[in-house]
Amino acid sequence: MKTTQILFAGFGGQGILFSGKFLAYKGLIEELQVSWLPSYGPEMRGGTANCNVILSDTPVGSPIITTPDVLVAMNLPSLQKYVGTVAPGGQIYVDSSLINAKVERDDVQVFYIPATQMAKDEGIVSLANMIIVGHLLENHSELSFDGVNEVVEKLVPPKKAVLKELNIKALTLGKCYGK
Amino acid sequence: MAVVFEKPKSLTDAPFHYCPGCPHGIIHRLVAEVIDELGIEGKAIGVAPVGCAVMAYDYFTCDMIEAPHGRAPAVATGIKRCRPDNVVFTYQGDGDLASIGMAETVHSAARNENITVIFVNNAIYGMTGGQMAPTSLPGQVTQTSPYGRDVKHCGWPIRVSEMLATLEGPEYVARVAVNNVKNVKNAKKAIKRAFENQIEGKGFSLVEVVSACPTNWGMTPKAALEWVESDMLPYYPIGVYKDRSAGEGK
Amino acid sequence: MAERILMKGNEAIAEAAIRAGCRHYFGYPITPQTEIAAYMAKKMPKIGGVFLQAESEIASINMVYGAAAAGMRVMTSSSSPGISLKAEGLSYIAGSDVPALVVNVQRGGPGLGGIQPSQSDYFQATKGGGHGDYRMIVLAPASVQEMASLTIKGFDLADKYLMTSMILADGTIGQMMEPITFEDAEIKTYDKPWALTGTECKRPHNVVNSLYLKPDELEKKNFERYEKYEQIEKNEAMWEDYMMDDAEICVVAFGIASRVAKNAVMTARSEGIKVGLIRPITLWPFPKAAFEAVSDRVRAYVSVELNMGQMIEDVRLATKCSAPVTLCNRTGGMIPSPDEILDSIRNAQKGVL
Repeated sequence: MKTTQILFAGFGGQGILFSGKFLAYKGLIEELQVSWLPSYGPEMRGGTANCNVILSDTPVGSPIITTPDVLVAMNLPSLQKYVGTVAPGGQIYVDSSLINAKVERDDVQVFYIPATQMAKDEGIVSLANMIIVGHLLENHSELSFDGVNEVVEKLVPPKKAVLKELNIKALTLGKCYGK
Repeated sequence: MAVVFEKPKSLTDAPFHYCPGCPHGIIHRLVAEVIDELGIEGKAIGVAPVGCAVMAYDYFTCDMIEAPHGRAPAVATGIKRCRPDNVVFTYQGDGDLASIGMAETVHSAARNENITVIFVNNAIYGMTGGQMAPTSLPGQVTQTSPYGRDVKHCGWPIRVSEMLATLEGPEYVARVAVNNVKNVKNAKKAIKRAFENQIEGKGFSLVEVVSACPTNWGMTPKAALEWVESDMLPYYPIGVYKDRSAGEGK
Repeated sequence: MAERILMKGNEAIAEAAIRAGCRHYFGYPITPQTEIAAYMAKKMPKIGGVFLQAESEIASINMVYGAAAAGMRVMTSSSSPGISLKAEGLSYIAGSDVPALVVNVQRGGPGLGGIQPSQSDYFQATKGGGHGDYRMIVLAPASVQEMASLTIKGFDLADKYLMTSMILADGTIGQMMEPITFEDAEIKTYDKPWALTGTECKRPHNVVNSLYLKPDELEKKNFERYEKYEQIEKNEAMWEDYMMDDAEICVVAFGIASRVAKNAVMTARSEGIKVGLIRPITLWPFPKAAFEAVSDRVRAYVSVELNMGQMIEDVRLATKCSAPVTLCNRTGGMIPSPDEILDSIRNAQKGVL
């Protein structure tokens, strides 16, 4: 049984929920069992936001993640809050342009990506989240970069066609980062 | 022999339970006559309130529903939105419409919900035995204002027609009375207009009928009708407060 | 096979309702169920239906009452504080024997409480909420798929028995997305000769009413209604048995709690504990038969709830106190972790050794 539990956390407005949705739709297309659970409430605008995504080849039990295999942290409070919960052997993806701190655990694999800075440099400020998603897909053994086009196609409304290219661009930037 | 007077077709044979001298009987009859004259008995659906008229469902021959206290306009909204071709009316008292149901009243008026509302204002809670109503007059003695309505303590009576007329929503708002023959005739005209408006799809039409409650006012029926003229109507003047189609309003 | 789509639980309810033939929705915004209203607002005008945002929960349930009396499939949705406001209407709907579907996507209480998931309206849903002797059929979905299937089922049961079906969900199931398929479910329709349609001067008038001033008449009406409820208890109870074949410890949980409990049951099994789960799908009628079937074997029950212990009373009644029943709970919007439930299972196991 393969189950991957991914926790995205950051500020509202950083596209945390969208990142999760992206992985959930990817799982759907790949015919996996999927659950996507957002935090909800007043934090939707500017406060902390997080979302739980579970991808599995068997039915998902609890959609609530207590021990994530993957943590994507896009601000310092989120990293501090969840760093201790990540399963040993798991991965942590850190937006290092927003978080100066280093992860002080040696039983997890940590990726530092200056995603927000990269997005600024490329003129795609709102897509830092997708840069990290690209990096995650490339670097996690249970996930794959293949098929991202189809997911973008599904998630970006036809009216916003220009966003499709930008999303692919961000994902690819993430994929290639560090190579 | 020529028939000179008969019961409207739209009233059942059930005897009214109302007190002697209560104008509810007159107002029921006016509504029934209008339903007959407009030929809508088979299309009409009535909503009875909580209050003295709670058993109105026994008196009208059309389909009827009994609503929770104050909620008749919401219930009527539900019916009308499902069955726009039917003619839906509520029949409510002052406690029902102007106190507990004020929100439903105001918002159905604001939506210009295409219903007809018959609002009987007799300045008292009748069914529960004569308590102060939102329309009880300043100084009026009731069971719960035994020293007279003290406006400093419990506020002022609400003029519903004037208030609703300030809204953009409603099509027609009029106040009538049933304390003499002339007023009864005019009341019927207003009620008919309120039903016609609905049939023509014009929207929310409310007729406030200033009525009497001899039993709980502690008066003879005749004295009660006189009190309507001397005390009620000065505070609640008869008139058309809003009539969008006629471009009228006070 | 029908296409798998990702949908939020709340949206699944709305889509299923439309597929069940519901064309009238009356509601009032409240977190965490507002997606239902939003979905209806978008869809209804395009399919000739009615979406109306009422001025209050009180008005919306009374619009439902009117529409139900007019013979339509109709629904409203809200969350805990809003359901309290609807209680008056629920009682009238029960007393008038008209069918309606009401959704409660629960949040923490009492009072304004919080907005995080909860199951603390169990008593309100299963024991009353409004005044008088009455019941509602209470359906507790545990997945987005069930949000849809139980909505369709709820409409059917409401029409069949002329009463309210309540979907008792929670913020988690409402907000989460899961893959879901909409099979072309067979939608039954029911004759409604009692409905307010206008007499067309061809039949005696229909009256929808809950007032009976003569006590003997009201008593008779209530007796009749309870005979109907008895039939429902006999015929409509639904539950899921999970790893119950040889279970000696039985976890009882519904909705989101059952999802977390399944994780704990699986882990406990790997430790060699013979544990299973009974998941009530109908909370009223409570699935007593599920407990009768295992009462010889089960030596301890653990009721897992997102409240201070409400369903546990029904578990005790259903098990006739044949074995100890302990509570594993969080409340106020908190959800127990699988480990917390696992501890309760281990403790139950210790207790029976």
